[in-house]
Amino acid sequence: MAEEHSGTPPKEAPSDVPSKKGLAAVLDEVREINTALVGKAKEDLESLKQPEKTAVFKSIFRVKHDESSRSRALGVLSNVFLHLHPSKINRDAVRYNYTWGMGGITFYLFVVLTFTGVLLMYYYHPTKGQAYRDIVYLMSDVPFGSLLRNMHRWAAHLMIITVWLHMFRVFLTGSYKKPREFNWCVGVILLVLTLLLSFTGYLLPDDQLGFWAVTVGTNMARATPFLGHEGPFGPLLHMTPYNDVRFALLGGSIVDANALLRAYIWHCIAIPVIASVFMIVHFWRVRKDGGISGPAPVVLEQEAIKAKVLPYVVPQHTE
Amino acid sequence: MDWHQLWEITSAPDNVPIVALILLVPFYTWYGIRQALANDRLIAQLEADPQLAKTHHRKTMPWKAGWSKEIPVWPYLLRIEFLAAIVVTVILMVWSITLNAPLEELANPNLTMNPAKAPWYFLGLQEMLVYFDPWMAGVVMPSLIIVGLIVIPYIDANPLGAGYYTWKQRRFAISTFCFGFLFLWLLMVVIGTFIRGPGWMWFWPGQTWDPNNQVFEVNRDLPDLFRITNIWGKTIFGAIVMGIYFAVSGGVVHKLFTWSDWNKKVFAKMSFLQYITMQGFLTIMMLLPIKILIRHLFRIKYIWVTPWFNL
Ligand code: HEM
Repeated sequence: MAEEHSGTPPKEAPSDVPSKKGLAAVLDEVREINTALVGKAKEDLESLKQPEKTAVFKSIFRVKHDESSRSRALGVLSNVFLHLHPSKINRDAVRYNYTWGMGGITFYLFVVLTFTGVLLMYYYHPTKGQAYRDIVYLMSDVPFGSLLRNMHRWAAHLMIITVWLHMFRVFLTGSYKKPREFNWCVGVILLVLTLLLSFTGYLLPDDQLGFWAVTVGTNMARATPFLGHEGPFGPLLHMTPYNDVRFALLGGSIVDANALLRAYIWHCIAIPVIASVFMIVHFWRVRKDGGISGPAPVVLEQEAIKAKVLPYVVPQHTE
Repeated sequence: MDWHQLWEITSAPDNVPIVALILLVPFYTWYGIRQALANDRLIAQLEADPQLAKTHHRKTMPWKAGWSKEIPVWPYLLRIEFLAAIVVTVILMVWSITLNAPLEELANPNLTMNPAKAPWYFLGLQEMLVYFDPWMAGVVMPSLIIVGLIVIPYIDANPLGAGYYTWKQRRFAISTFCFGFLFLWLLMVVIGTFIRGPGWMWFWPGQTWDPNNQVFEVNRDLPDLFRITNIWGKTIFGAIVMGIYFAVSGGVVHKLFTWSDWNKKVFAKMSFLQYITMQGFLTIMMLLPIKILIRHLFRIKYIWVTPWFNL
């Protein structure tokens, strides 16, 4: 760009050399700056066609963006959010028909629920009377309030369906077999936590639906053997409505203010934190156990008898 | 036919997940079984042709010499994940814009909801209350389901079928799991949602949910049929019947389990603890369908009556 101007006289021309004076000189200068800026703007626009070559992009992603396998691998491994993935996977494992994507969708729904859940917390007080009013207010007056609440509700329902389907596919593909036994157990805990998350949230609007659902649910705790006042052997251990396991769950003998507060804390803090910890372990184990279990080559009966240690039992350590 | 009632139940926003379940579960069951059968055909082919078994890549997916076994996660996996996230978000958005989450009247302990239903995903347990006392349906059974799921990897001694869909190599495991999951859990959820009306009465689809509906059904306990009136007599009698039940159903489970020649070998590999755990969970699971049957066929409520609990 600079060369274009090399022909023009230097700006600081000595005053004795006759040159344009006053307004004309200023206009000239403006014109000059103008051409320079237009040139620069064109250049910037041109660079937008390849944003991955810009200094800003490079400062964020640190890795060359091209189709070499090195860059592709580094792009995943050096990214804090993506590095849970290996850099390469079994070519058939990306097929939808093997995993149905259910584990990933379940996790995504958990993220959506955390996001919408935190937003809901801005509008919600876990106290009798106020809780219900907050929900009514949210549904009628808060901008996008009903969208927010609906998304939280429906994502929760969807998450239960996807976690069931995920378990179903893991079973059907025999993915709990060696060396993934323990990750299946972690999964079962996650299943229980998912159901409990949904259940504790049910009470929070403090409406008839939640109240009676939780009443029905916790009434069963009365019948806990040994620990419930109506359960087998409960009276033998001096269980009463005021000291049994149901009392501990509700913080009282009826579903009331204490139960609402307990449900709130379980729902918004305790269970999400516990579930996150288990998810971290779950994903970590998927990696450590050699990635997704398949689609693996089929094994024949006679081979399974012959080989003491089966070929697929050896985990392919990726790191 | 009360179409209005039927529509009211199926279109209730909170029942949408169950409607979705009714569509999704059969779809994915079919989707999995279809792949299982395709793999089974491949297995049969390879078993018949040992030479082919040595060279075949052993998957039903296409394969060409020279293809690398692995592909980069970026872009081949990540683009699918991003796409899935977008699709799920769009579904949620549309669902949330069209249907409002239910909000009933303010909670009122003095005004009982009829029917008072647990959240839909626990309706299986609530449905079990018809056949078992709360300590069993609400506490023991859920705990056994959780523990039973956890022990699955440790009692399934069959090394085949890890990492691919198959029916032929895992018939027993797949049929028992599907029976428990599809019939004893999901079907109960569907019944609890669509069939159970006020008073937890059975209403066929299209029947009006009449809260005054009464069923005059006299249930009896098994000891009554044998004219046993003394409570200790009932206790001992019930214990004997339960013993007989576990012996017989254990025998049936064993026969089914060792039906195939392959499973006879799996059985030979199993430890005592593995075997007895499997037997325990399966025979207890079968208590539910058995109790459903004897309730509806013979109107029998309890098998075992004791001073502390009834079963
Ligand atoms: C909050 C709940 C859960 C989340 C977010 C989750 C997430 C995931 C993800 C993302 C994967 C990678 C493969 C895939 O997408 O299928 C996976 C794999 C796995 N999950 Fe889960 N999962 C959950 C619950 C469960 C449950 C309930 C079970 C079983 C009872 C389970 C057992 C497994 C096993 C064994 C694997 C390894 C599968 C393989 O290698 O093919 N998970 N999970």
